[in-house]
Parts: sequence; C-alpha cells; structure tokens
Amino acid sequence: MTRGRIRARIRRSSLYTFACYKPSPTEEDGPHDIQGPGYSRMVYCNQPHIHEQKPLKYCSNYISTTKYNVLTFFPKAIFEQFRRVANLYFLLAAGLSLTPVSPFDPVSMIAPLVFVVGLSMAKEALEDWRRFMQDMKVNLRKASVHKKNGVFGPKPWMKLRVGDIVKVEKDQFFPADLLLLSSSYEDGICYVETMNLDGETNLKVKQAMETTLPLDDDPTFKEFSATISCEDPNPSLYTFVGNFEYDRQVYPLEPTQILLRDSRLRNTAYVYGVVIFTGHDSKVMQNSTKSPSKRSTIEKKMDKIIYFLFSILLFISLISSIGFILKTKYDLPKWWYLRVPDRANLFNPGKPLTSGFYHLVTALILYGYLIPISLYVSIEVVKVLQALFINKDIHMYDEETGTPADARTSNLNEELGQVDTILSDKTGTLTCNQMDFLKCSIAGTAYGMHASDVELAAAKQMAMDSDGQNGTPTSWEKSGKAFQESEIQLETVVTSKDEDAPKPPIKGFSFEDMRIMNGHWLEEPHADVILLFFRILSLCHTAIPEPNEETGTITYEAESPDEGAFLVAAREFGFEFCRRTQSSVFVHERYPSFQEPIEREYKILNLLNFTSKRKRMSVIVRDESGQILLLCKGADSIIFDRLSRNGRMYEEATTKHLNEYGEAGLRTLALAYKKLDEAEYSAWNEEFTRVKTSFGGDREAMLEKVSDTMERDLILVGATAVEDKLQKGVPQCIDKLAQAGLKIWVLTGDKMETAINIGYACSLLRQGMKQICITTMNTDTLVQDSKQALKENVLMQITNATQMIKLEKDPNAAFAVIIDGKTLTYALEDDMKHQFLNLAVDCASVICCRVSPKQKALVTRLVKEGTGKITLAIGDGANDVGMIQEADIGVGISGCEGMQAVMASDFAIAQFRFLERLLVVHGHWCYKRIAQMICYFFYKNIAFALTIFYFEAFAGFSGQSLYVDWYMLLFNVVLTSLPVISLGVFEQDVDSEVCLQFPALYQQGPKNLFFDWYRIFGWMANGLYASLIIFFLNIIIFYDQAFRIGGQTADMTAVGTAMFTGVICAVNCQIALTMSHFTWIQHFLVWGSVISWYLFLLMYGELQYSIPVNAYRILLEVLGPSPIYWSTTLLVTVACNLPYLAHISFQRMFNPLDHHVIQEIKYYRKDIEDRHMWRKERSKAREKTKIGFTARVDAKIRHLKGKLARKYSSMGHCVPQQR
Amino acid sequence: MEMEGGSSSTSIGIQNDTVSLRQRRSKFMHQFTQQNLPACKPVLTPPWVISMFFVFGVIFIPIGLLCLHASQSVVEIVYRYDAECVPEPLRSNKLAYIKDSSIPKNCTKHFKIQKHMTAPIYIYYQLDNYYQNHRRYVKSRSDQQLLHGLKYDGISTCSPEDVNNGHPVVPCGLIAWSLFNDTYTFFRGIDELRVNRKNIAWQSDRDHKFGKEVYPFNFQNGTLIGGANLDPNIPLSDQEDLIVWMRTAALPTFRKLYGRIEENLDADDVISVNLLNNYNTYSFSGSKTLVLSTSSWLGGRNNFLGMAYVAIGTSFIFIASIFLLLHVKNSRSYGDTTNLSWNWK
Repeated sequence: MTRGRIRARIRRSSLYTFACYKPSPTEEDGPHDIQGPGYSRMVYCNQPHIHEQKPLKYCSNYISTTKYNVLTFFPKAIFEQFRRVANLYFLLAAGLSLTPVSPFDPVSMIAPLVFVVGLSMAKEALEDWRRFMQDMKVNLRKASVHKKNGVFGPKPWMKLRVGDIVKVEKDQFFPADLLLLSSSYEDGICYVETMNLDGETNLKVKQAMETTLPLDDDPTFKEFSATISCEDPNPSLYTFVGNFEYDRQVYPLEPTQILLRDSRLRNTAYVYGVVIFTGHDSKVMQNSTKSPSKRSTIEKKMDKIIYFLFSILLFISLISSIGFILKTKYDLPKWWYLRVPDRANLFNPGKPLTSGFYHLVTALILYGYLIPISLYVSIEVVKVLQALFINKDIHMYDEETGTPADARTSNLNEELGQVDTILSDKTGTLTCNQMDFLKCSIAGTAYGMHASDVELAAAKQMAMDSDGQNGTPTSWEKSGKAFQESEIQLETVVTSKDEDAPKPPIKGFSFEDMRIMNGHWLEEPHADVILLFFRILSLCHTAIPEPNEETGTITYEAESPDEGAFLVAAREFGFEFCRRTQSSVFVHERYPSFQEPIEREYKILNLLNFTSKRKRMSVIVRDESGQILLLCKGADSIIFDRLSRNGRMYEEATTKHLNEYGEAGLRTLALAYKKLDEAEYSAWNEEFTRVKTSFGGDREAMLEKVSDTMERDLILVGATAVEDKLQKGVPQCIDKLAQAGLKIWVLTGDKMETAINIGYACSLLRQGMKQICITTMNTDTLVQDSKQALKENVLMQITNATQMIKLEKDPNAAFAVIIDGKTLTYALEDDMKHQFLNLAVDCASVICCRVSPKQKALVTRLVKEGTGKITLAIGDGANDVGMIQEADIGVGISGCEGMQAVMASDFAIAQFRFLERLLVVHGHWCYKRIAQMICYFFYKNIAFALTIFYFEAFAGFSGQSLYVDWYMLLFNVVLTSLPVISLGVFEQDVDSEVCLQFPALYQQGPKNLFFDWYRIFGWMANGLYASLIIFFLNIIIFYDQAFRIGGQTADMTAVGTAMFTGVICAVNCQIALTMSHFTWIQHFLVWGSVISWYLFLLMYGELQYSIPVNAYRILLEVLGPSPIYWSTTLLVTVACNLPYLAHISFQRMFNPLDHHVIQEIKYYRKDIEDRHMWRKERSKAREKTKIGFTARVDAKIRHLKGKLARKYSSMGHCVPQQR
Repeated sequence: MEMEGGSSSTSIGIQNDTVSLRQRRSKFMHQFTQQNLPACKPVLTPPWVISMFFVFGVIFIPIGLLCLHASQSVVEIVYRYDAECVPEPLRSNKLAYIKDSSIPKNCTKHFKIQKHMTAPIYIYYQLDNYYQNHRRYVKSRSDQQLLHGLKYDGISTCSPEDVNNGHPVVPCGLIAWSLFNDTYTFFRGIDELRVNRKNIAWQSDRDHKFGKEVYPFNFQNGTLIGGANLDPNIPLSDQEDLIVWMRTAALPTFRKLYGRIEENLDADDVISVNLLNNYNTYSFSGSKTLVLSTSSWLGGRNNFLGMAYVAIGTSFIFIASIFLLLHVKNSRSYGDTTNLSWNWK
C-alpha cells in the first residue's frame, strides 16, 4: 500500500504535453443543460437504498444472455420447435389422428412427435442451462463495495445497485458503468484497457473531477453523498452527458470520467467510483446485439429438399384422392360388403368430393412417412455428439490455460467443413499482444541473432523440403546448389539458437548477441553511439517503474507493450530505469563499469508525446553534466525525414537492416538524438510553454507545430526491431489453412504499419508480393476535399489496381490489398463495394487496418453476400463481436479473459492454431457425415413411404396401411435411427492424421461434392428403386398361393410384416454399405437394429395388444417357420443394394475421389512401405496458394532458380530448359 | 479387411483384473473421445468386388433352382365357377339370380386329375376384385368382442353392423357379416371325399383371439343379409371358416383355405364337385374360383420366387464378369497416386 501511495504521488498529467486531452483543470464551461427526454436519470451517490423504490428503481446488475427462463421455457421452446415446417406438419397430423379421418392409431402419430420434440427441447434446455451457468460466473464475481461507515466489503456483481460506491483494484474489471471519483494517483488519473469494448490495446487515460479527488480513502466515503443527473442508458460508448451535484455545486460530467463495464483497470492501484448504469443498462450491454440464430447451408438446402418432398407428398396424395373419388363414385356402390354410405360421409358415393376431401387429409397423414420426422432430431443428436467430440479433442486442448475447445452451438458443425474465407482479428488472435525486443541496428551494425518464429519455422520447412527433394533425382539438380546456399544461410540462424539455451527467458526480451551483452559493447567500434542508443531506450518513454519487493526486480507499466519491451531491453543492457519523479528519471547505469551500477539522474525538461499522427515521441533531458539532449524515437520514415545532413551517417546500412526486419515481420522504430545548447532550448521552451498554457481550439495544432520545430536536424543512432509475438503455431496454421484452399483476410484495429508487419510475420505478405495500398492518406490533407472527390479517388485506386492485376502476365505474381478503415468507409458504400470485393478476391491477401467493429461486420457481410461462399470470423475481443455474429461461423478465442467474443461465438477455441484442426479435421468429417446422413435419411424414408403409396393402388385408394401402426411408429424412432446416428457421429473417410497431412481433401467441402443435387437426387432415385423392389417382390411372392407347407395363405398382416422386414433389412444393409469406417459401435448399432426388429416382432407377437391387429404370434407361428419369408427377405435385401454396390464399385474403379485413393493406399499399407511416396504426396496435396510459408519458400526457390539461370546464361553456358 | 490401432492385451492375474478393467475403460474412453477406436475399414478393391459378386451369384442361382423345383412339384387345379354355375337363361342378369333365394344354387362340375396329388390336398376358394383390404372393411370388426363376446360393448368400430334391433351383434362388423358362404362337397366316383375343415385356421387365432365361450348372437338378423350364417351353438373359437375369413387379405385377389382332403388323388381320377353357389360376387363382377392344390416346403405353386433368385443371381454373375473384364482390360492400379486430383494437372 505504502509503495502504491508513494508512486501515486506523481502527477501523471504533467508528464503529458497535451495534458490528458484537456487544456487545464479549470472548468471554464458550466454544467450541462440537461433537461427533457433522454436525460431523466438520477443517481444518488452512496445512497443505493433510494434506488430500491420506483421511480428510481433501475435494473439490477444481473445480466442474462439466456433465451428462456423457467416460465417462458415451455411456450417459447415449443413455439421454436413448431416453427419448423416439418414439425408443424406432424403436429397437424397428430391432431387429425384423433379424428376418424386418420389412417392410424393416434398413439402412433403422437408418440414419435412427443419423443422428437421432447428431445429437441431437452437439448435447448441443456444449452440454455450452460448459458445460464456462464452468466452466473460473471454475476457472481466479487466487487468491493462501500457498506457503511467507510467500510468496504465484497459483494457479488449481480447485487450491485445504482449509487453504490465501488472500489476497483488493479487488473480488475469494472462491474458496471462507473463515475470515476478518485484514483490512487494524486490527480485522479487512471488507466483503462478497453480491449473488450473496442479491441484497442493501448491504454486509455481517464481522469476524475477535481472536486472528488479528496475522496481517495475508504473512510472518506462515510459521509459522502452527491447527486448525478445524466442521460438515459444508450449504446454510445464515447459520449456521456451529465451533471454532478456535490456540496451544492453542480459540475458537468465528461466521458473521461466514465469507466465502462468490461473494461479493465491497468497501471493504477485502485480507483473509487459510483455505479451509474447497471446490468443491461450499461453501455456495453446496450451495445450487444442478440446473437442471430445461424443455420448451416446444408440445413437450408435440406429445407428445400423437405419442401420438395412435401410437394411429392401432395402430389401422391392427390393421385390417391383422385383414385379414391373415382373408386368411390363408380365402384363402391357395387361393393355391397362395404355397406356405403357411412354416417361420417367418409365413403359416400353420393358425395364423392366430400369424401375425397376427407381422403386427401387421410392420405397426407398416411404418406407422411415421406417426411422424415426424426430427421431434425437425429441431426440434433448427431450434432450434439459431434460437438462433444470437438470439445473433448485433446489436440484442441490448451494446456497453458486449461481450456478445451467449445462448440457453443452445435448446429454449425458441418459448416466448418465448407469454409471459404476466414476473416481474422489480429491482436489476441494472431498475436499475443506481447512485444519482444529481438534485434537492433546501432551505428549501422546489426545486432541480435535470435531468429523469429517465422524464420525458424521457415528454415525447418525448407530443410525438410530440400530433404524430400534431394531424394527425388528428377529435375531438381539445377536447384540443388541453390538449396545448399539457402540452407547455409538458414543454418546460422538455427544453430545460433542452441548456444545459450539454459538462460531463463525474460518476458519481452529475446535478444541474443554477445557482442553487446554483458557490457561487451564497450569494446565495439562505435561505443559512444551504442551508449546513446541505450540511453534513448531508457529515457524516451512515459512508463513508470514498479519495483517488485520479493524479487528485487523492477517491472514497468507502460502505455504500449513495445515501450515495455524497450525498457526491459535497456535494463538487460545495463541501463535500468528505476525511478521517476515529477521532473526526473533515475537510471542505474552499468557504465562505465559493468559491474558497478551508478544511479544517474536525468531531468526531464519536456516530453513531446506520441500520437498516431506524429508517429514519434521525444523527450528533452538534461543530464548530470548539464548537457541538454533531445532524444527521439519514431517510425523510420518520419525520423529519416528529420535527420540533419551530418546525421545520416548510418542511414544506408540502417535502411537495409530495417528492410530485413520488416520482411521478417518485426516492428521497427528508428532512434535519433540531437544536442541542444542552452539558448536554443530556452527560446524554444518559452514558445512551447506559451502555447501550452493558451486556450482555444487550435491549441493542439499549435503544440504540434512547435514540437515539430524542435524535432528537426536529428542524428540517427539506430533502429530497434520488436517482435509482436505471434501466438503459438500461427504461421504454420495459416500455411495449412492456405493449403487447404482457404482465403484469409485480416481485419484489425491497428495501424497500417503494424498490420503490414504482422502480415509479414504470418506470411500473408512476403517480399516480391505486389502490395496495393488503398488509402486516403496520400491525398493532400490540406485541401478539405469534398466526400465526393475522396470517393472518386478511392474508386480510381481500386480500378487501377484491378487493371494492374488483369494485365499481370506472371502466373506466380501475388497481390495483396491493404486498406485502411477510413478508405473502407467509402469502399463499402453500395456503389463501390462490388468493385472492392472483386479486387480483394483477386488478391492473395487482404489486410484491412484501422477498422471499427462495425466495419469488421460490414466487411464480413460483404464477403458473405458478395461471394456467396461461407465465411468464418475469428476474434477474441468485444470489437470482434459484430463480425463474429455476422459471419456464417463465428469463432472466439477463449484463452484470454474477455468473454464477449466467446459469448457471441459459435465455437470457442483457446488458440488460433486449433482452427486448423477444427476445420480440416472436424469440419471435414462433420460435413461429410451430415451430408451422407441427410441423403441416407431421405433415401430411407422414400423407400419406406412409397411402399405405402403403392399399396393404396391395391386397396382401392381407401387409405388403409399395409403395416401395423406400431411398426410405422418404430420405423423412424427406433429401427432405423441409431445406425444413421452412428453414421453421423463416427464415420471417417480418412483418419485425422491424413486429414491434416492432405489439406487438399478439405476442398471437398467448399466444392460441396457430397451434398450437391446430383447426389441428393441419386439417393432419392435409389430410394425409389428400393421401394419398387421391396413392394413388388413381396406382393408377387405372397400373391395368393399358400406360403406355408400347411397350406395357409398370407393375410394382410403377414404380407405387411414380411415387407416391413424387407424394408428394415434393405435400409440397414444400405447404411452399412455407405459406411467406410466400422468400429464395434457401428456394427453393434447397424446389425443390432436388424436384430432388434426381430426381437420386437417376437415380443410384440406375445403382447395382448397385438391381438386386434392380427399380429399375434406373427413371427413365432406365422412367418418364422416359413422358408419363403426368410428367402424373400434375403432376396429383397440383396436386390435393393445391388445397384448401389455396383455403382460405388464402378465409381471407385474409374472415377476415384481423393479420399478413395488414400483409403486404398492405407489399405495396402503403401504409406508404410513407401514412405517417400507418402511424403511426396503430402507435400503436393495442397491447393495452389500464394500465401503462407510454403508459398514463401516456393517464391524463394523460384527467385533463386531465376538468379541461377541468369548466372548460367550470362556465363555463356548452355542453359538446360526449365519448365 | 484389417484391424487398425487396436492392440488387445489380455492381462492375467486376478488382482490385476480391476486395475486393468479400469485401465481398459479409460483407454476406451480416450479412444472414443479422440475418435480413434480400432476400426475396420473395408475398401472395395477389385478382388473384393469381383469375388463378392461372384459369391452372391453362386449362392443365389442354386437357391433359385431349388425354389423353382419345389414350386414345380406342386399340383394345382383351378376352376372358376362364378359364371358357369349360373343357369344358362339367367346369365344375362346374374345379380337377379344370386339375389333370388327361391332359385336353387346347386352346381356340379367334374374334373379329371392330371397328375398324382399327394395328401393333404388343400381346398381354397379364391375371390377376385374383392377388396378385403378396404379401410372401411378392415376396420369394421371388434377383436375384443370376438374374444369376450357380449361382455365387451365398445363395438362402435363395427358400425353399421354393430347393433341390430337394439341388441349387439356377435360377431359384429362388416367382415363377419360378409362371411363367404359357398360350400363344396367332393366325390370320387360316387364316394364322397371327406373334407377336413378343422385346423384350417392358425392355432393362436383359435386359442387366443376367438373366445371359447363366445357364441354367435343376433347374427344375420337384420334386414340385410350379408353372407353366411353361423351356428349359434358353436363357440367362435370353433367356427374356423369365420376365423379364416376374419384374416383379411392383403390384395383384392386372394385365396382362403376351405379345407383339406386327406387322401391321395391319383392321376386320371375323376372328381366331381357339388357346390352351392351362394355368395354374391356378381354385383361387383368379381370371380369365384375353386382351387385344389398340394403343397411343398415352400407352400403353394410360386415360380416367381425361384425365377427372381435366378435372375438376381445371374445379374450378379454378369456384373462380376463385366467388372472382371474391365479390370483386366482397363485397370487402374489401386492406391496409385496418379489418381489423386493434385496429380492430374
């Protein structure tokens, strides 16, 4: 505590040139005039009990994202269920089954429906329960709240009320929207990380009002009371209007005093705040939109098939009814044994149309088996199980954080197998938001040996590839030399890593170079420049040191992570920044002797801080000898423009190094300095102070101008390269995904340079790729162009770029589009978006930087709707919520603490790299499984339902069913459902290893090879064929003669049962043929279903219930002893499956698909016998791609080959022809 | 076929049993959740396909021949009598003939036995264009009443033949009401051939579906007489022709067992049938046929099953030969990487 207090004595605001965005703490404008609608909220601070009664009773801080509650569950869930047409149809049918129109027993209609709907609702309930538990986790978080008499105690978030005083400590989330009263800093400043709200990683400064600053201790709240009147809840994150009445004075409130829920306190020990908006009133909750319910494309297509089946149903029902009307009118009067007309007019030859109408209803119910009632529920069961597999996959379990993958909604599993474009967030998704100081260039010499992740992985890849290539003695001799060359280059990189392995890793510092470490720099040629370099690192920043008492080390709290990395680096080099006072910075310098550090004081005279516009920051310091120095660090282009003529000594070498670093995906800054003499400085300072204390709108512009005059004629010292640390495995994953034919777009809130760096690091960009930067920056800012002109400019850039791509001859040329958010606003307008999309689709990589959350969503929608392909959005923060919800599939990164993205997502994974397995393995499988399953479902129901229809023609279209009601009831629910589920859950065309090794297999999904109309209709035709075979074979075999040695003839029940046996055996054998992967579970379920039919028949035959339907002892006495029954079953089963078997054998023989061939290779164990072939195929099994490592390596090989060829030709040798 | 990934280790030792069981269970759970269970992955390679097709063909053709043989061994005499048994002058209005109860319905026919018939010889009547499977007809019965008689009164399903003169009808419903009532008597020369009309219905029907204590009541007492009357002194469980009739047929053409002749009939025997042509099929121009048939292990005469087997078997052999031919002539090497799509270009 004491430590915090001491540190807090610094008035942070004075560190800033621009004084925390406010000219001065004096309030020149009075309270806001807030009357009228929209501004009715009153908050009585520290008197939360007032808010327990109307009209001041605001909503509680309990948040709920569940769909249902206990009361609404039944009505709402049932309504949801019957929104599906098929279910509604079955509900109607069940209702009608209670009337005499029904061909069936009501039970046989109602029971399956109750079962199916009940199961679906149980699933809904379970999912909602999980959501509820997740909400409760948030709701039960503890916050420290003022209880009474200045005592604070913990309270769960959900119990917070408006008016409560809350104390939030460092790194905690704000439990509600708060008004900042005071902080541990004297001037009421606090740092807030808003990553969950807008995805920006830099910290934001909030400042309390002057009046409330004394309230910085627990006991001071004993007597505190005040009133806030402010705006009503609204979703605008950046505005706030309100008045604060305290001590009979009214003060205006600004957005800078508001701490929003779900943002986080950083670099500040604690803050006190008053709760203004709670729960769903808070801005972040107001911002959240209901997550749309998404349905997969397969399911949408399935709906179409269901409509198609409905029309078939209607069609055959109409045929039946017409037949019935004719029969009723002309034949029925002659059929004396029917004694027509009946009382209910169901069979009235006098009123054939009335009876016909009734019959139509009957027929619609009777043929309802055409619509698979259990399809939806089976799919749901399958998807839940598939989701279970996704959740349990050990390869997607992150050991560091202990988070498994989480399929939050199970209805998009198969969509994972059809993704075409991935839209990814950057920070937190691709990168860890951690900077590592990696390399530097000082005085024109490059230091730092450590290879970045990228280089390491690339080296490995290349070594492996050349290994494989050397084995093939074909046309590669030419490039052999080139390979060796590149290998040698890479070798140094790789080996240097092993030298000093035992050193513990330091967070933010991965620099390794003995030339300047441990004080060795003193022996380097430009030691004086190196000294300056280190001093700039340790002085030019706004960070605060925080000594850790336990370990004695110092950690730094910096606004941006790269600043932290610099300070850690400086410390490691022997320039430990240890203390900051109001006016000075103290550094422990291990100079001139490395062993004995000396504490030196540098007076900070001015601090010209960083803005995104200036892209540089400077400090002016006076060292102990009285020398005034301006130390500056900034973007290389900016610094190079400001160098003095004699400060350009190292420019050339440094530029070269900077390019190398850039290519390696490192973030670079240039460092420079300038010596000032006293007079020059004081003249400038006078001017600077005058401007700083002035008021007026152009104050900032003026300040900038004055700063600018100072930051000129600099002398270049060197450059730093910081690695924006990628998440583990990201480049490899991107590479694999690219090989699987997926396009990857990066949408980031970061600035363009950072985005481009990461593009390099992830191999989305590479040297030699043509970068098309579309921005509005390069139009002259002085001319306040009209929107129209800007727009035309953007359009022109787009058309030019498109033209350029069209004219490109080289097939290996790759393009990348990089566009910034401001330009994107124009590019996304209706009249331009298609041009933009066309351009983007033609390019290998697309990077959008500085985009707002809303733009992310808009881009996603553009891709989704413009290309008609399936998009996947992946992100980790609240700023990604829009795009996650907009995309066909939203994936959230669940490792970090913010929950918004995960809450909105369909799938949550802990690491970006798991995306590969999620798509290439699970997506691929799920797609095939679901596609096969649905096709089979239609097959089986067509095969079954049509037999009922054919029978009508033989029963005078009277609506009599050949089967016993119970058979029909069990058909969908028991006898054929489990094998389909096992197909949908366990089927694997190739195992997961192979899926990963052959990414090209993934393309079967996006190309939709398994659910195209050809296949669907093929299966339907198969069903039609099976129905014909089953029906007519049985009818003819059991026609009129005896079927038993005892002379008995078959009655309706016997024929029906024999036929039904045929159906069960045929469809179950069919599914066995469809499967290519049998574990004992499949065997058990498929053959078990057949056996269960016989068991059922046996049991049913013994039931008293079976007496009314002539099924009594049907198997034991009637059919079992009859050879004709068994032989018919065999005949029907085999005849039904004959064409399919022939078809797939033929298909495999002449038109094998990739997975067929791989299955065969595996089957013949060729992969083990011929490992070389297997490796070769693996390296070839990828889609043509221009991004990713492999493409990068390819490009490099091409480059080297080209160089080699040129060398040969210049030497006058005969060049062997190269392809 | 091959087993992959599964290594089965059986541990011996009693005290290890529980441990190994748990281990095995956890191993199973792991393999299950990782979708890694040992699996059999059959691949339709040409040897498999061809031999499979051949095997099926080879199995099916003999079965078919066997069935054909059985079917051919059945001797069948079929005699359609509905038209013939109407006296010549009344043939223009058969309906009037059948409805006029004053006209005697006797009719006699002689056949010559073509082929030796071994007992038992089954007598069937066959009706044609008779929709016993019509929904209205099928539903018009009460199985509870058949079993429990007058004790059961929920017989609304039997409408319109449920109540007559205020009393329930036993057995109720259209099916029972329309019971077939032609009768046949057979003579060899002048000796009457005994027709056994017992045990023509299923045992279970007699024992469990038709009450032993249930006697016909108020049956065929209404204004409309349907078919046969029943002897009110015999319980339903013994009225076997009713039991057979109540098993509704699946198709509009059907045979029902009438009885058995339990003597062999030799070739060239002359049989005469004395029949009472009572049943009205004339109003819907259905035919009535008398069938005498022996039976084989397969039942009656039914060439179709055997032919179907032979046909399917032949097509298997045919397809197998085509595959063989194609495989030999134009084979692709299985598991050859040139067929992978990325090797096409």
